[in-house]
Amino acid sequence: MARITLENLRHSYVADPRSDADWALKRLNLDLSDGGAYALLGPSGCGKTTLLNLISGLLRPTEGRVLFDGRDVTDATPEQRNIAQVFQFPVIYDTMTVYANLAFPLRNRGIPNPDVDARVREIASMLELDATLHKRASGLTADGKQKISLGRGLVRADVNVIMFDEPLTVIDPHLKWVLRSKLKELHQRIRRTMIYVTHDQTEALTFADEVVVMNEGEIVQVGTPVELFERPRHTFVGHFIGSPGMNVLPCEVTGGRAIFAGHPVETANAARAKGNGKRLQLGVRPEFVSLSGEGIPVDIVKVLDAGRYRIVETRANGTTIKMLVRESETVPEGRAHLRFDPAHTQVYEDGWMVT
Amino acid sequence: MNKVVNQKAWFFVLPVVLLVAFNAIIPLMTVVNFSVQETFGDNVFFWAGLQWFEDVLNSERFHAALLRSLLFTGLVLLIEIPLGLIIALSMPRRGPWVSVCLVLMALPLLIPWNVVGAMWNIMALPDIGLLGRGINALGIEYNYTRQPFGAWFTVILMDVWHWTSLVVLLCYAGLVSIPDAYYQAAKFDGARPWAVFRYIQLPKLKYVLTIAILLRFMDSFMIYTEVVVLTGGGPGNATTFLSIDLVKAALGQFDLGPAAAMSLIYFLIILLLSWLFYTLMMRNEAR
Amino acid sequence: MTARSEAPAVGIVTAQRVRTGPTFRARYLIPAIYIVGLLLPIYWLLNMSFKTTNEILGSFTLWPQNFTLENYEKIFIDPTWYMGYVNSLTYVVINTVLSVSVALPAAYAFSRYRFLGDKHLFFWLLTNRMAPPAVFALPFLQLYSAVGLFDTPWAVALAHTLFNIPLAVWILEGFMSGVPKELDETAYVDGYSFWRFFFRIFMPTIAAGIGVACFFCFMFSWVELLLAKTLTSVEAKPIAATMTRTASTSGYELGLLAAAGSLTLIPGAFVIYFVRNYIAKGFALGRV
Repeated sequence: MARITLENLRHSYVADPRSDADWALKRLNLDLSDGGAYALLGPSGCGKTTLLNLISGLLRPTEGRVLFDGRDVTDATPEQRNIAQVFQFPVIYDTMTVYANLAFPLRNRGIPNPDVDARVREIASMLELDATLHKRASGLTADGKQKISLGRGLVRADVNVIMFDEPLTVIDPHLKWVLRSKLKELHQRIRRTMIYVTHDQTEALTFADEVVVMNEGEIVQVGTPVELFERPRHTFVGHFIGSPGMNVLPCEVTGGRAIFAGHPVETANAARAKGNGKRLQLGVRPEFVSLSGEGIPVDIVKVLDAGRYRIVETRANGTTIKMLVRESETVPEGRAHLRFDPAHTQVYEDGWMVT
Repeated sequence: MNKVVNQKAWFFVLPVVLLVAFNAIIPLMTVVNFSVQETFGDNVFFWAGLQWFEDVLNSERFHAALLRSLLFTGLVLLIEIPLGLIIALSMPRRGPWVSVCLVLMALPLLIPWNVVGAMWNIMALPDIGLLGRGINALGIEYNYTRQPFGAWFTVILMDVWHWTSLVVLLCYAGLVSIPDAYYQAAKFDGARPWAVFRYIQLPKLKYVLTIAILLRFMDSFMIYTEVVVLTGGGPGNATTFLSIDLVKAALGQFDLGPAAAMSLIYFLIILLLSWLFYTLMMRNEAR
Repeated sequence: MTARSEAPAVGIVTAQRVRTGPTFRARYLIPAIYIVGLLLPIYWLLNMSFKTTNEILGSFTLWPQNFTLENYEKIFIDPTWYMGYVNSLTYVVINTVLSVSVALPAAYAFSRYRFLGDKHLFFWLLTNRMAPPAVFALPFLQLYSAVGLFDTPWAVALAHTLFNIPLAVWILEGFMSGVPKELDETAYVDGYSFWRFFFRIFMPTIAAGIGVACFFCFMFSWVELLLAKTLTSVEAKPIAATMTRTASTSGYELGLLAAAGSLTLIPGAFVIYFVRNYIAKGFALGRV
């Protein structure tokens, strides 16, 4: 168990990085508390795997330091850092039994057999693998094999962090949910620091206590799922999280009030916007847009049925605004008026929320 | 892949079948024909039944050649497979030098076999050859044209030089296809290099190793040109392997009957072994 | 899809102070020594090719004292010599083109379809790869004489298809199985006829496989000599026959032999260089 600190970390895969594009990870600082469940969420190429490898020690950072419980481990090998990792596809020792797979890390550390046996059985029952302990590991299904991978990490009592690199990629869809719940349950039980890398927001938001949203090598926001949803600090977070994502509308700010399509809009933070030639945008989630008698006039363009609610696509001034309505509500034809909930409508300058 | 049943596929396969059948079946029929007949010349043939087969299977000469072939193949496998594997394991897994190494290693594989034989023939000559001169300079008496042991030594050395690269290339390709994640996981688990070899690399190399062993077994069992050019089968009979003996009988002495019988027996041995290995391979691939 | 900022498969970069070029580990000595060992006999051959036969027989020197090109001159001037190369290359090229061409549709059939006897047919084809040339030497001699092809490059080219076609089918089938059937189906939906699909879409997709198959067919035909010698006498005599004849009759013209041998290295080196990027892929299928 360890508290992980990343200090002024920057990484480039190019020998002589010059421009911004050469840096896979732009300068970042991050603090992960001991025993937390974290997710690194972001699209392909955002740098999350790079970050994962820097924490685990498979990569040495171009600049900056990695600290475990205050100790500088930047030069330490992965083995020295006491890491466990579950990969995208199951990585198991095919020729060994499930038991031997789980016992392997312990035996390599010279732990005496009776202790090994006790520990292996304990973890096996936690993961519901006890029935298969004597079987050859290669004979299990994909989810069973991933459990073995996980088990090899858990079996070491002194493991600092358990990393997950998109571990549900090869799992059958109907089993993904089962495994996800199992992981969450495991975390509650053993309280080990876990870092889960994924591009799937559902996985991230259901597993993690706190999510680190990344884009193009930078950390965009760190927060709980609720925070990310209700107060996205960057339009990217607004887009990426939520389905459908946040509406981002061009706007102006005059006299401390936001104006969209010529209409004034009540917001939570327009008064603090400075402008200064930056690009101004309005962000409001479809969940917080409602039909009202008067407000912003829009044309109803499309209505999509999503089961218990409907996604209504509207247009005002050439900008698309999406909203959600319950299935019982009626949607007017042609024209309508929209109201944005002021508490959940924010102004963004150059993509960043105004504070 | 889900294959669709389609009998019209036979049209696609027909050219191949015709060509291979032309080359395989007609000559085989000829061989079978000769193997059960006896001739005293002038194209007059008598039915001889299984007599030639009995003769061959009972002949000292055949037994000797068979034993020599088996011994040669055994030694060659014993050296080339581990050696090839070790070299493949020692090579860098990626980097600028890899293709240079692979190209240089592949060179011996593309030299016409008679040139291979000729190269070693000259190199091993005790007075003017690099190898021959070198060994004699160490004080060891070495002359492959006169010593059976020297001849065997040279023949095996030549084969190792010639074919180990095949094993290296096969094993290397197999190694390179192991995803990095396995090595990373081994690091996390604290596994030592020997454990990495035993539990990760070796199991994943089973398929390519089977192929390497199969190919080397077959090809070394059938070896002809290089040995003929190097030693001519000698000194005396010392390095007369099965195919050399066969060609001597067939093309040299025109003993059609015994030669044909020997061919069939020879071919049958190879077929049996290749069927064995093929089944092993298919079982591996099915996994 | 993957932006430059993310590394697809992380290389094993152990914790090092300085990130410079490739690290040199002690174990790299093993392949290095092996390669030196491989090159020694080749060097010796080249060495001799630049010496006169007198120098070779007379003294033992590690490099030519009297560097001479006369051996090579002889080969380039004398038709009996250079035609040997021409003949060899002729039948090798014919064989490669023939083998790969007929193998392509057959491999496609094996890869996409199930039909009566397909597994047995495949196995039977593979057994021919194991055909010992020694067994077929005499029968081939009779067969090809009977059809009037004796002493032509066609005889050797056809004879070599016995083991090259199964090899080509095997290699190509492996590459083809890696291409999902959806590609074929999409093409048909788009209105392609079968042959247009095969030539315009499918073949470019398996171009690496075709390259590998051509490489191995070339290799096995170029190096095989028992059948090549048996099936030819004067007109289509391959370089191997010329060399062995020289060795026995003219009493060891070693320099000349060495030069002839050195020249045979060139086509091989050429071909390897061309397919160097595919060597690993081809061997990776394990279908040599």
